[in-house]
Amino acid sequence: MGRRERLAQTQSGAEGMVSLPALLHRNATQFGDAPAYREKEFGIWQCWSWAETAAEVRKLALGFLEIGVEKGDHIAVIGRNRPAHYWSMVAAQMVGAVPVPLYQDSVAEEMAYVLEHCGAKYVVCGDQEQVDKVIEIQQGLHQVKHILYTDKRGMRKYDHSQMNALDDIMAEGSAGHARFDAELDKRIAAITYDDTCVMLYTSGTTGKPKGVVLSNRNVIESAKNSAEFDHLTRNEDILSYLPMAWVGDFIFSIGQAYWCGFCVNCPESADTMMTDLREIGPTYFFAPPRVFETQLTNVMIRMEDAGKLKQRMFRHFMDHAKKVGGLLLDGKPVGFGDKVKYALGNMLVYGPLKDTLGYGRFRVGYTAGEAIGPEIFDFYRSLGINLKQLYGQTEATVFITVQPDGEVRADTVGVPAPDVELKIDDKGEIHYRSPGVFVEYYNNPDSTASTKDAEGWVATGDAGFIEEGSGHLRIIDRAKDVGKMADGSMFAPKYVENKLKFYPDILEVVLFGNGKDRCVAFINIDLTAVGNWAERNNVAYGSYQELTSHPRVLETIKSHVEEVNKSVAADEMLSGCQVHRFVVLHKELDADDGEMTRTRKVRRGFVEEKFHDIIDALYDGSSSVSTTTEVTYEDGRKGSISATLEIVDAPVVAATSHKVAAE
Amino acid sequence: MLDSSEGYVTEDGRKIGGVVMEMKNITLRFGGVVAIKDISFDIREGEIRAIIGPNGAGKSSMLNVISGFYVPQEGEVWFHGSKRPQMRPFEVAQQGIARTFQNIALFEGMSVLDNVMTGRLGFMKTNIFQQAWWKGKAEAEETENREAVEKIIDFLEIQHIRKTPVSRLPYGLKKRVELARALAAEPKLLLLDEPMAGMNVEEKEDMSRFILDVNDEFGTTIALIEHDMGVVMDLSDRVVVMDYGRKIGDGTPDEVRNNQEVIDAYLGVSHD
Repeated sequence: MGRRERLAQTQSGAEGMVSLPALLHRNATQFGDAPAYREKEFGIWQCWSWAETAAEVRKLALGFLEIGVEKGDHIAVIGRNRPAHYWSMVAAQMVGAVPVPLYQDSVAEEMAYVLEHCGAKYVVCGDQEQVDKVIEIQQGLHQVKHILYTDKRGMRKYDHSQMNALDDIMAEGSAGHARFDAELDKRIAAITYDDTCVMLYTSGTTGKPKGVVLSNRNVIESAKNSAEFDHLTRNEDILSYLPMAWVGDFIFSIGQAYWCGFCVNCPESADTMMTDLREIGPTYFFAPPRVFETQLTNVMIRMEDAGKLKQRMFRHFMDHAKKVGGLLLDGKPVGFGDKVKYALGNMLVYGPLKDTLGYGRFRVGYTAGEAIGPEIFDFYRSLGINLKQLYGQTEATVFITVQPDGEVRADTVGVPAPDVELKIDDKGEIHYRSPGVFVEYYNNPDSTASTKDAEGWVATGDAGFIEEGSGHLRIIDRAKDVGKMADGSMFAPKYVENKLKFYPDILEVVLFGNGKDRCVAFINIDLTAVGNWAERNNVAYGSYQELTSHPRVLETIKSHVEEVNKSVAADEMLSGCQVHRFVVLHKELDADDGEMTRTRKVRRGFVEEKFHDIIDALYDGSSSVSTTTEVTYEDGRKGSISATLEIVDAPVVAATSHKVAAE
Repeated sequence: MLDSSEGYVTEDGRKIGGVVMEMKNITLRFGGVVAIKDISFDIREGEIRAIIGPNGAGKSSMLNVISGFYVPQEGEVWFHGSKRPQMRPFEVAQQGIARTFQNIALFEGMSVLDNVMTGRLGFMKTNIFQQAWWKGKAEAEETENREAVEKIIDFLEIQHIRKTPVSRLPYGLKKRVELARALAAEPKLLLLDEPMAGMNVEEKEDMSRFILDVNDEFGTTIALIEHDMGVVMDLSDRVVVMDYGRKIGDGTPDEVRNNQEVIDAYLGVSHD
């Protein structure tokens, strides 16, 4: 059967499907034997078919009824990507409750806010660690009626009067199914297209998280449109490893998976993700740029250890791939000789390399969340990996713009996704309207009103413009981060930060300069890349902190900054954003310390306040600064580290030449 | 003391059973050096029993006596109500005693999985010919044992290094692999020789968690040697304190902490 036919079949069956439980039922009846979930446990991939999944989810829903879940209750789900957790969310919808997935690495106080805000009466926890957090929160909250957990380890001694293993309520529910069947069927039948499907908390680079309410319409329409855009079928395999609380994971691992009927694979643990990726070989893949960066860094490090012949082969064919690989992928004309050479390269280098990375079956994949370095992007594309970019938000149920096949570039985020309307206001902020536009922020009408207008247009908070000719959207920066320098020229920190972050040595950059006469920067080094460099060059270091202050490291970073300054100077609009002085920070910016969001975006305002002493030193001309910084350890305890940071002056390029030439 | 039916209940409500092992007036000499001098204590079912003391106190020697590696010149070792005859190490293992070592003793070139599998040797009944043929009995046996090993790998959270050669692992993980191998033997009594030595705070916390979990999940009786006082006091139900081969204290962590002789041994005595 051809791909197109299978797709058509899926679509015809899906009409009138108003909820995930309905889609689940369709999948279980139409292709009940096809794999729906896989999870590696005890070293073996366990598999559940759609029919088995439907049975498991129903048992769970019966269990929820048995512990007294009411319509409209919120059920929080906190844990890593596991089938049982995905099932809990669908089972919650079956009984008319609202699933609320939370970030499992949140510390208790962050979690307390969200749990209180949504008023969750039931919490599904992955393991003892999460249960402990919920119990700690419960002491101040007294709202949670029942805690459920997946992993039984260490749970035997707990007071179980308001607590159960998920397995137990499933067993109890199915034992008492005669009592609950009618009620469950009634509740499933009552679900409408505009009922809430899920509530997701946005991490928010400023302020408290907001609960984004998404309806069945939002989720199903978005899943349908995007699946059709990329011709996804029920034969896809995806690896679910991104946080379940993130809208992307919800759409890929639930929305699209249920719409198309493809298989969701869950890794054994967070640490085994790379091995599991290789074993599964997903056909459809989603990752933030960081994952691709790490993999590329690892490939390069391992190539340096390879034999001479292999190194030469790798270089030779990678050069060729850079020349024609991208063109071939885009279906552009390429000479016959080049094609033959590419095919040979595929046999000798690209193919094995893709297999090692786990991309042997990669058909289509996306990167989003942050800008990806053009070199990294081109590296994957030149290997024949169809990696694309998209631009989206929780409020849009992910999709705002996507790159169509054949029009993939590193510097744009693509054209509006199907059924999405786009407009740019006079301040340069991007607005959109689509079937995926969220219903509201839960219990927060003010924020809802200020984000979404009466006609359904949503302000993204990002500044950008639509490129003439191609119609592609280009993002400049967060609208509120774009500012003006003292001389009135534009300050767009993200632009410069991304250029710096494209160097493998540099993990994170924060640029300051709004309202000032020049820009300064904080830089975090990448421990893997710099550590490896140190090993190769016999540079001894005892700790991260020591490595960050090593003179040779500072010198390397300085040379990167200098190069970036040159390229920034070439841009007339942004030449004022060159980095005059910088420090390499003594600690990595971390979500546990509040410096980043859980999706690893820098919280600019917070960083500025926390490290104000360093910023002052950067501007007042001193050559070093001593500082003490509070840090949070993994177990939640606080401590502090002190360091003396050397401030480095970077050469800047006088930017006047361009203006003169333009005049 | 000899009544093996008698038990006690710990502070956190665990029931500790009767005596599993009893050391009676043990004295161990190496030539003229007396490593252990007339020591008696018992280990009860389901408890975490610690042996602590400053360097050179005779802790490791004591553990080697328990594990049957050293034979004391004087005294008796009673195990499950009968006096233990002189035994070879594999016979001790067959009795349900497993141990880890102070300096890690793993097969460096083998993968983590293979190392842990060696812990199952006692459960392998097929002979060399059956194993060479592999199909049939040996295969079924391997599957069965692999399942048990995978449960332990999952329990100790070392899935990500399953196929990694031990030589490439950092120290803290090697210690965990050693614990995994000891657990693979499904011991009734687990002996840990300085499980936290050389670890940083985070690794120590992880290891403590695992020791408590092993005791809780499998009901394994654990005897451990450690010189990090803080860790031991949090972890164990009863503590034996040794100094220069003598027993200077025995009791709950609180009792031991307030024992003058123990304080002197650890903090030194002022002579004024």
